[in-house]
Amino acid sequence: MSRTLSSRAVVVAAAATMAVVLTACGGTTKGSDTGPAAPGGSAAAADPDAPLQEGVKMAFLPKQLNNPYSDIEVGGGEAALKELKGEYKLVGPNDASASSQVSYINTLIQQQQDVIAVAANDPNAVCPSLNQARAAGIKVVSFDSDSAKECRDAFVNQATTEGIGQALVELAKEAAGGSGEIAILSATPNATNQNAWIEVVKSELAKPENSGLKLVKTAYGNDDDQKSFQETQGLLQSFPNLKAIVSPTTVGIAAAARYISSSNYQGKVAVTGLGTPNAMREYVKNGTAAKFALWNPADIGYLAAYAGVALKSGQITGQQGEKFTAGKLGEYTIGADGEIVLGPPTVFDASNIDQFDF
Amino acid sequence: MSALKAPPAAAWWSSVVRAREAGIVLALVALVAYTAVSNPRFLSGQSVRDILLGTSILAVLAVGQAVVVITRNIDLSVGSVLGLSAFTVGSVVQDNPGLPVVVALLAGVGIGVVCGTLNALLVRYGQVPALVVTLGTLYAFRGVTYLTAGGQQITADELPRAFLGFADASVLGVPWLVVIAVAVTVAVGVLLRNYRLGRELYAMGSSPEAAALVGIKVGRNTLVAFAISGAAAGLAGVLFAVRFGTIDAAAGTGYELNVVAAAVVGGVAVFGGSGTVWGAALGALLLTVIGSSLTVLDIDQFWQQAIVGALILLAIAIDRLVALRTARALRKGGPHVQ
Repeated sequence: MSRTLSSRAVVVAAAATMAVVLTACGGTTKGSDTGPAAPGGSAAAADPDAPLQEGVKMAFLPKQLNNPYSDIEVGGGEAALKELKGEYKLVGPNDASASSQVSYINTLIQQQQDVIAVAANDPNAVCPSLNQARAAGIKVVSFDSDSAKECRDAFVNQATTEGIGQALVELAKEAAGGSGEIAILSATPNATNQNAWIEVVKSELAKPENSGLKLVKTAYGNDDDQKSFQETQGLLQSFPNLKAIVSPTTVGIAAAARYISSSNYQGKVAVTGLGTPNAMREYVKNGTAAKFALWNPADIGYLAAYAGVALKSGQITGQQGEKFTAGKLGEYTIGADGEIVLGPPTVFDASNIDQFDF
Repeated sequence: MSALKAPPAAAWWSSVVRAREAGIVLALVALVAYTAVSNPRFLSGQSVRDILLGTSILAVLAVGQAVVVITRNIDLSVGSVLGLSAFTVGSVVQDNPGLPVVVALLAGVGIGVVCGTLNALLVRYGQVPALVVTLGTLYAFRGVTYLTAGGQQITADELPRAFLGFADASVLGVPWLVVIAVAVTVAVGVLLRNYRLGRELYAMGSSPEAAALVGIKVGRNTLVAFAISGAAAGLAGVLFAVRFGTIDAAAGTGYELNVVAAAVVGGVAVFGGSGTVWGAALGALLLTVIGSSLTVLDIDQFWQQAIVGALILLAIAIDRLVALRTARALRKGGPHVQ
């Protein structure tokens, strides 16, 4: 049994290696428009010169309505569709539960939308409905939170895990003044995104150029103000030489900054991480958090709208290496598995924070 | 006043309750001593101040909860009332930066009283158990908050400095938040201990039927109990806004269970009729100190939840034990009691 399994694994590995080699070859061939066909893919070849269609009916299905973050994301999509002279539509559930989006997708299929942009609450729950939509000729773009990759044409990712992790280390290094003890204040111990970023932070810290920084503890504030306060207090008491607290969660960074602002640690320990400009404005101005980062949520929706219209117009099909232009954001190239990465996170500080309102 | 209880039982009760609070104090001293030995900074001025500030909001809520639980009811809506008050008062202060903090505090209390009164009316005139009513209003009040907030967030830079500064301000070195929490505890404690109304609340919790038979206005008193709990939650909402500075519609979600835990650990019996607000406030202090010291001792937060759970079980076990012993004492002393 184990022998069959392992020999099968070897075959799969060999196939994967070949695929990589083939892709690499495809990439180096000049003037080749069509890369190697994706396994099982039957999409028509992309025509990079196809004009963007007007009047594309595109529906946004965020994780839930009335969520400040989602509202800004889809707002970006609406702005992009206005530029593209498309029709914008917004539907969504009131709760972010796994199955809540399915009925909305079914309705959108009946309404014969051209493109559906979805931030999946559950990667698999939405899959059958999304594939029905694609069978009916609707293009599907996932944004923010991906669905299983076989049920959408492209995925607009706010940032890569590596990009966020590296940005966090950069910010921490600057906040700590180049070297010293740092600590992480995360969300819950099982938060997928945060844990992935923290792993990257740890591997970045292992590099020789970051040897001056020492990560003394990862604390978990559970995205709760009271708990985040308490964990921040614990860090400051346990590690008197702490130079900076890095919080890769918007609740945690605001709570840590608020606590330090109102304690006698202000000016001794710096706060940085991922936060929203509105929640952090006060603490940037009082010097507790000189710099922090986040992607611009409006740009995610904006990019998803451009990707959706480009898909509908036949400019792209979601294959790796295809290029398209997304208005003010410039040119994007589709990565592996149809992933389109928005770019490095925006860094906010006293000089630019007042230009953002979210 | 105390004639509402059989005298021997009353003496017995008070000694048990006193022993119970002594137990909490003992646990607190042991915990603080152990933590301070391993990390002396646990007793630094900043740390003590943090713990007291952290306790103040929970203590105000627990005192209100104790009043309701003593009448053999429960108020699960306190977390949602806190959220509603925090967001509403936050928005008002945001639009009227010159508003004195006292007015904001009173506004919070007012919102809480309205919510509490609604709870009481449903419990009393709907003849529905408080557990069900307040579970319903837990969602209803939260829904109203979501409706008015609509996904917005009130952030520190939008709140006036005088309002946020109240969190750091102190009188004679004691932060205002702590002063308020102590004042609320003392006021409610005296009401329950020395006033007719307070004793009637205990009588209602001991035996609702008997209380009605001796002519206690059960309906009015239920209203007062829930109004006090609501007022405390509303006040706590403003304190929450002042302390954390960032408020969204989810503020205070899940607090109700911490609050009930603080009251129960503090010796307020879940079946009503016994316990004090001093105990509830001490329970809040104990839970906060546990949270802080386990963080300082670098112990996995799983243990924190396990310890709180064990404390609740212990408190309920003591309740049961006390109830059994009282019953036995009453049976033995039968002729005397008659």
